[in-house]
Amino acid sequence: MAEVLLVAEHAGGKLNPSTAKSVTCAAAIGTVTVAVFTDSDDGVASAAAQLDGVSKVLLVESAQNAQALAAVLAPQVVALASNYTHVLAPSTTFGKDLLPRVAARLGVPQVSDIMTVKSERQFGRPIYAGNVLVEVTVPDDVTVVGTVRTASFSAAATGDTAAIEKTSVDADIPDHTRYVGLESHGGERPDLQSANRVVSGGRGVGSAENFALIYNLADKLGAAAGASRAAVDAGFVPNDMQVGQTGKIIAPDLYIAIGISGAIQHITGIKDAGTIVAINKDADAPIFAVADIGLAGDLFEIVPQLEQALDS
Amino acid sequence: MKILVCAKRVIDYNVKVQINREGDGVVTDGVKMSINPFDEIAIEEALRIRDRGEADEVVVASIGPGSAQQQLRTALAMGADRAILIETDAAIQPLGAARIFMQLVETEQPGLVLMGKQAIDDDSNQTGQMLAALWHKPQATFVSKLELADGKATATREVDAGLETIEVDLPAVVTTDLRLNEPRFVKMPDIMKAKRKPLETTALAELDVDLGPQLAVANYSPPPQRQAGVMVESVDELVAALRDKGVI
Ligand SMILES: Cc1cc2nc3c(=O)[nH]c(=O)nc-3n(C[C@H](O)[C@H](O)[C@H](O)COP(=O)(O)OP(=O)(O)OC[C@H]3O[C@@H](n4cnc5c(N)ncnc54)[C@H](O)[C@@H]3O)c2cc1C
Ligand SMILES: Nc1ncnc2c1ncn2[C@@H]1O[C@H](COP(=O)(O)O)[C@@H](O)[C@H]1O
Repeated sequence: MAEVLLVAEHAGGKLNPSTAKSVTCAAAIGTVTVAVFTDSDDGVASAAAQLDGVSKVLLVESAQNAQALAAVLAPQVVALASNYTHVLAPSTTFGKDLLPRVAARLGVPQVSDIMTVKSERQFGRPIYAGNVLVEVTVPDDVTVVGTVRTASFSAAATGDTAAIEKTSVDADIPDHTRYVGLESHGGERPDLQSANRVVSGGRGVGSAENFALIYNLADKLGAAAGASRAAVDAGFVPNDMQVGQTGKIIAPDLYIAIGISGAIQHITGIKDAGTIVAINKDADAPIFAVADIGLAGDLFEIVPQLEQALDS
Repeated sequence: MKILVCAKRVIDYNVKVQINREGDGVVTDGVKMSINPFDEIAIEEALRIRDRGEADEVVVASIGPGSAQQQLRTALAMGADRAILIETDAAIQPLGAARIFMQLVETEQPGLVLMGKQAIDDDSNQTGQMLAALWHKPQATFVSKLELADGKATATREVDAGLETIEVDLPAVVTTDLRLNEPRFVKMPDIMKAKRKPLETTALAELDVDLGPQLAVANYSPPPQRQAGVMVESVDELVAALRDKGVI
């Protein structure tokens, strides 16, 4: 039976929603142990223990684990890995940074962005910005290391209470990497990666000030706010709002794209959304080819009207 | 200080990729190939560091077929001093690539390795982190701002939560994100000049590298296509359609 070690992502005493989604993937492979690396037992371990499908939580508490630095965490994950057949982490910037460092130390390949589990060693994953899917098989006798494309899995429910085991690891931890700080813009709105509804704006929105239109509509819908790369590059919004191949891959029930042309790198990030709505003044914009509902017209007229119509 | 930049030859990002008839790969015949966009940014960053006087040599390396010389010539035309091609027709996976680059790091002894955060063919996003691990050196991934001083690098990283800044001791591996810089266009005279710059080719077989266990890749298939839906004519119709679907 496969024994899966899943590295939890968390910050500020909160388990990142990507962890619950990765649990669903891990549970489809085998027995799931979640590893929580932290500097203080701030409730993250017990949140992980409540996820259905988790059979044990390993709590590794040490001052060095105050920040999630790959160089610091990798040797600890490697030290734990010998007891497991699989090591997984979410395919977020956290997991993408960490796991290849673990895989290289273990001398094994990594499966990035697992979308489907075909068997304990066989997985579906996207290549070419999601335009091609392939099946990859990990050779027998090596630890399976992989990151989970969280948009492909629903979050594990809560209810169970698994045992929490405090443990320490014997690992050589380097001091060549130091955390300086985080500039975060995450405000009151829901988290982009786990929100049920997302409203995104593109270059067509025109300016940082005009993005108020997007935020207002998002707030009306209780939605997260996102953006295209062009809107981020133009300085309208911060980088953490970027949706797409090199931004966030998301799967909300409702995605509203406003003033976004629908470049393939953007579409990659929203392909799994339930309903896609596009508002664009160019009736031939490629976004309409993937939208479930399209409305051609000027966003500066449509968006305020839409906001009003939602009130009635 | 010497900077080593890794640059992969990939299908140009504007090409609509097609699966081949056998279903065991994608069509590359007659398809436009380019430097992986993130690697172009890595090259640009290395050149800017050198031109500020913080490095004295930029060496660009690629692992790939003989035709990858084209991309290395482009890198030389951008301004790199020297290029190295590790020639192979085999598809090299990230662990193998990292082990090959580890050999180059041992011979070249760079003070900084700049790479793309991901190659847009396989989208693995692994090689830089793997090289850093094998080299026992720091990594700064997804970097959108980089400053070097006193044997250290301060890197701003594009992470899901925002912009994270870390400080690492050099040597280190830095992987680039799209907003680090905008790569220059190469000019005709530079292309001519680049022809005389050194480009050294070594067959992969001549290096003694164990590429490690490999993933078997099969069953190339297109993703399920989304069907185009309906066009509505007004905001009222839009709201009605959304209510109909039960999403609001
Ligand atoms: C390697 C690589 C990775 C990339 N990764 C990403 C990624 O992760 N995410 C991403 O989004 N992009 C990514 N891109 C960029 C992508 O190719 C496009 O350039 C980008 O998505 C375009 O953003 P946009 O649709 O906002 O801008 P544009 O393509 O300029 O489109 C603007 C749209 O707004 C419409 N518009 C203008 N004014 C109005 C108005 N008043 N009312 C209504 N509509 C209006 C226009 O008709 C147009 O369709 C990547 C590119 C590369 C090369
Ligand atoms: N065959 C290769 N030749 C040159 N550079 C490579 C090669 N493979 C990977 N790289 C480098 O590693 C980065 C990440 O690649 P990947 O891990 O495949 O997504 C790329 O952006 C390149 O800088």
